[in-house]
Amino acid sequence: MDFSFDEAQQLFRDSVDRFVAEHYDFETRQRIVATDDGYLPEHWQRFAELGWLALPFPEGYGGLDGTPVDTMIIMESFGRGLVASPYLSSVVVAGHILNRAATEQQKQALLPALSDGSLRLTFAFAEPTSRFDLADVSTTATEDGAGYRLNGYKCVVHYANTAHKVLVSARTTGNQRDPMGVSLFLVDMGASGVSARHYPTIDGQRAADIKLDNVRVDADDLIGDKDHASAFIEETCDHGIAATCAEAVGAMSVLYEMTLEYIKTREQFGKTLGSFQALQHRMVDVFMACELCRSMVYAATCRLTESTAERQCTASAAKVQVGKAGRLVGHEAIQLHGGMGMTDELPIGHYLKRLTMINTMFGDIAYHTARFRRTANYFSL
Amino acid sequence: MDIAFSKDVQAFRQEVRAFIRTHLPDDIKHRVERGEELDREGHMGWHRKLCQKGWTVPNWPTEYGGPGWSLAQQYVFHDELAFNCAPRLPWYGWDMIGPLLIEYGSDWQRQRFLPPIASGEEWWCQGFSEPNSGSDLASLQCKAVLDGEHYVVNGSKIWITAAHVSDWMFALVRTDSSGKKQQGITLLFIDMRSPGLSRRPIITFDGGHEIDQCYFQDVRVPIENRVGEEGKGWSYAKYLLSVERIGTADVARSGTMLRRLKTIVASERAQGKPLLEDPWFADQIALLEIELKALEVTELRYLFETEAGSDLGPEASILKIRGTEIQQRITELIVDALGYYACPDLRPALWQDANIPAVGPDYAMLASASYFNLRKLSIFSGSNEIQKNIVAKAVLGL
Ligand SMILES: Cc1cc2nc3c(=O)[nH]c(=O)nc-3n(C[C@H](O)[C@H](O)[C@H](O)COP(=O)(O)OP(=O)(O)OC[C@H]3O[C@@H](n4cnc5c(N)ncnc54)[C@H](O)[C@@H]3O)c2cc1C
Repeated sequence: MDFSFDEAQQLFRDSVDRFVAEHYDFETRQRIVATDDGYLPEHWQRFAELGWLALPFPEGYGGLDGTPVDTMIIMESFGRGLVASPYLSSVVVAGHILNRAATEQQKQALLPALSDGSLRLTFAFAEPTSRFDLADVSTTATEDGAGYRLNGYKCVVHYANTAHKVLVSARTTGNQRDPMGVSLFLVDMGASGVSARHYPTIDGQRAADIKLDNVRVDADDLIGDKDHASAFIEETCDHGIAATCAEAVGAMSVLYEMTLEYIKTREQFGKTLGSFQALQHRMVDVFMACELCRSMVYAATCRLTESTAERQCTASAAKVQVGKAGRLVGHEAIQLHGGMGMTDELPIGHYLKRLTMINTMFGDIAYHTARFRRTANYFSL
Repeated sequence: MDIAFSKDVQAFRQEVRAFIRTHLPDDIKHRVERGEELDREGHMGWHRKLCQKGWTVPNWPTEYGGPGWSLAQQYVFHDELAFNCAPRLPWYGWDMIGPLLIEYGSDWQRQRFLPPIASGEEWWCQGFSEPNSGSDLASLQCKAVLDGEHYVVNGSKIWITAAHVSDWMFALVRTDSSGKKQQGITLLFIDMRSPGLSRRPIITFDGGHEIDQCYFQDVRVPIENRVGEEGKGWSYAKYLLSVERIGTADVARSGTMLRRLKTIVASERAQGKPLLEDPWFADQIALLEIELKALEVTELRYLFETEAGSDLGPEASILKIRGTEIQQRITELIVDALGYYACPDLRPALWQDANIPAVGPDYAMLASASYFNLRKLSIFSGSNEIQKNIVAKAVLGL
């Protein structure tokens, strides 16, 4: 039983925190999300120099052999700074798929470029009728000579605007909701038949709906075994869950700190707000919610490499916990700031926006409560 | 970071589990599972077996008869007791008097009082609360005046758990009222058979008798039964609150209750299907289990975050608040799950004959009584409101 960070992890955390403190104050952040790209390409270059883009990948492909705990550290700091970037979609999510499912040759071709920042990817899995079910895939891939033709529609694909290529889940056999028969393809964003409608998301980040109209891909654009991608997709999204939950913990910590500071200084009725017990107890509820989430994020992160059932059950538990806490913490932060909490000028509301987005990503409270039910038996450590 | 117990600790868990499964009498297990109060004899049947094994005072060092376990071993031991429906260790002796005397007691006190705690021969109760001093404990008025080699105690203590089955009370009494209210409080060990000490049972609204009010009329307490210095009782009481106490969150007991709830919803039927398939129940249970999981990891984090475990300070308050909320919620859901069979009141019958069969399923027998009884959890050991005050002050700095 060990909840500590080793020295390398602490140094790493300091370096991410320093970046956020020096380059990502709230005003800068607001300017960045208002740009066309919704992130700063110079920052991406900086991430590459600092080795963050290479973090989860094996050394043989230019990576740093990092662990999920390292990803957790970077995501928590990003959450604190409300950092908007394709890190999650490109490195954590798409990167995980390649790392786990791609052939040696594909890895050699893609991972070094992903690590040095010259290649950005994203993962298109959601569809308008799939909701959060990852196996509900109506996009099709039909064999066409040595390659495939893709047809379908993917929605709310994170930072597709900056991606060179997109990983697409498509059905090669079976019925719309069969876990069996789903395959993964790497599609060039510029390929003929790919059309994208880009838009900002509620949290200032970027996404796109992508239409695939008879898009031709080669046989070696297939990632992983044909028909057998569902398990990888599920696993990948659990990595996404652990990462977004860590990000949420960072965001919630900031809301907690700001609100606490505010009620300690703001005075009404001749006293600080913090001297009113009704507000003290609400602040304690906020603190408890943050603490419980932090624990669950540690558990979910450490369990990513355990058995499938353990991984799923803990990831779902974390996602539910973070979903509920995100609302509580966000709402209380706004309420206790009074009118100030409603302003666009203060970061408070922007943190709630990110937390709201995170609650939806990779499945919401209802979805993960149900998945938890399916996977959880009585647990113990 | 690694959130699993080491191989050694896991092997130890198996050893504890095997011991409990071999030696815990079925009827005791059944009664604990139902949520029944055990009488002292019921407890002792099991306690003697634990004692032979040397496992009744898990947190004590070996020189005082403890097993010398690591924090992780202690955690796992309590976990297994709860998981296998073994009774809790008798209140207050192992977890409070032991650490108290080891830290502040005299040699004579250690020799006199520690061994009978380990053997289970002497039971203890906690005499802190008074009719006019509950949450504001430091305002207590029960008075002790030194008269030669004795303190003479006058006043009353209320809500005393298990006073009627205890041999000794550790009591906070006022020896000086001239200074601040926290000063002038002294900690005494009072023999429950002392002349002048009388008791009145308090029946709780679930029908049970687990607490009493005690009255002291010129009760003489030898001076050697005073712990530490006169007037320092408040700091000893605070020490007792701060000693690291595994199980504040009671995660494993909640886990066992939750398994019981799951058994119930699997057996109960609604609309021709197991209640388990009712989406409302299924979700309520899943949400609760998730809360419990988060609490479990949080407790472990607080216990093991720093090397060798740190003393739980205000963190213990968080564990207490959330732990009690979860336990109370489980009992509510059990009552909900039982439908009509939550209604028969079988306690009077049970008092006459412990083997009385249930009306309806056995698991329904004490469900409502447990639900009513566990409302106490958010009131005692520092009410949940007081715990929030503590966190607000000590952690949030408000
Ligand atoms: C079943 C049971 C067993 C017990 N066992 C023991 C025992 O063995 N030994 C022992 O010494 N005591 C025992 N107690 C007593 C227990 O510790 C007290 O009941 C508790 O401290 C609350 O005190 P009170 O009952 O006087 O309530 P009060 O202090 O009058 O509180 C009433 C309500 O007001 C709230 N409140 C009080 N002050 C504040 C504040 N400052 N801010 C916000 N809310 C506040 C409380 O949270 C509570 O909800 C037991 C109690 C019960 C119910």
